[in-house]
Amino acid sequence: MLFSTILFYQFSLFLIISALFVVLSRNTITSAMFLIFAFVNASALFLMIGAEFLAMLLIIVYVGAIAILFLFVVMMLDVDTRREYNIKKYIPILSLISAIFIIQVYIIADKSLEPTKFMENGYYFLSHYKINPAISNTKALGDILYTDFFLQFQISGLILFVAMVGAIVLTLKEGDNFKRVQNISKQIFRKKEDSVEIVKVETGKGLDV
Amino acid sequence: MIPNIDIIHFIILATILFAIGVSGIFMNRKNLLTILMSIELIFLAININMVAFSTYNQDLIGQIFAIFILVIAGAEAAIGIAILIIYYNQRKEIDITLKPKMQG
Repeated sequence: MLFSTILFYQFSLFLIISALFVVLSRNTITSAMFLIFAFVNASALFLMIGAEFLAMLLIIVYVGAIAILFLFVVMMLDVDTRREYNIKKYIPILSLISAIFIIQVYIIADKSLEPTKFMENGYYFLSHYKINPAISNTKALGDILYTDFFLQFQISGLILFVAMVGAIVLTLKEGDNFKRVQNISKQIFRKKEDSVEIVKVETGKGLDV
Repeated sequence: MIPNIDIIHFIILATILFAIGVSGIFMNRKNLLTILMSIELIFLAININMVAFSTYNQDLIGQIFAIFILVIAGAEAAIGIAILIIYYNQRKEIDITLKPKMQG
């Protein structure tokens, strides 16, 4: 057995086990920690199959931002994290549905995606963005992302902006600390002459403000 | 590509993760935060599928899509946690099995 094969099975096993702990754990902080562990393992898998940029992005975005956001919320809200669930009544039906789902995907994928057939399929030759081993993954992604997918790139930035505005608007409460005092007509009627003064400063003399 | 590992291994891995995520949504109805974590697991499963197909097809476009999915996951987490905080301020509780307060 090759070392890389063993590594694949190890990372996959850790990923699945930590995902199970995320779902089954009764303590929310334990769930968040196992979520971080799951993302680290997925990032290792991405590294192994040659998506280095996405592996690093997964570490930065998920582990560095989203999982920490979950931890912040757990600490901030002070919710009752330890409590009894009646998850036992859900487990049989959910595992049955999951097993049927996995077996279906396995049957379909195993028939149509045999490795020899897969390379002979048309997909391989129709590709416009072939992976070039001579160029690094990050550079190749940047070459595509900033040229052919520039519109989608900007739209994703817009989506993040709208999400930020939405999150602020949703959580902002008008109270003693914050009041909406923006006067729009005053802002619009503001002129350059009223607000900006141009002063010639003589050399070496300075200016009294 | 990893030797001895076909794409079917990655598909099965992603499917198991997806099934765990969907099950988590149904099992943790009393904790909104764990539901959001399950949704992140589902996004991770989709990302694994995208990247695996990208590598085994020798086509870079799957990784571009994975980046956009990452963006959507980030936006979703931000909005979801904002909604969770409003819910907590209303109820002092993040249990979604309670009776809805909205009438009509």
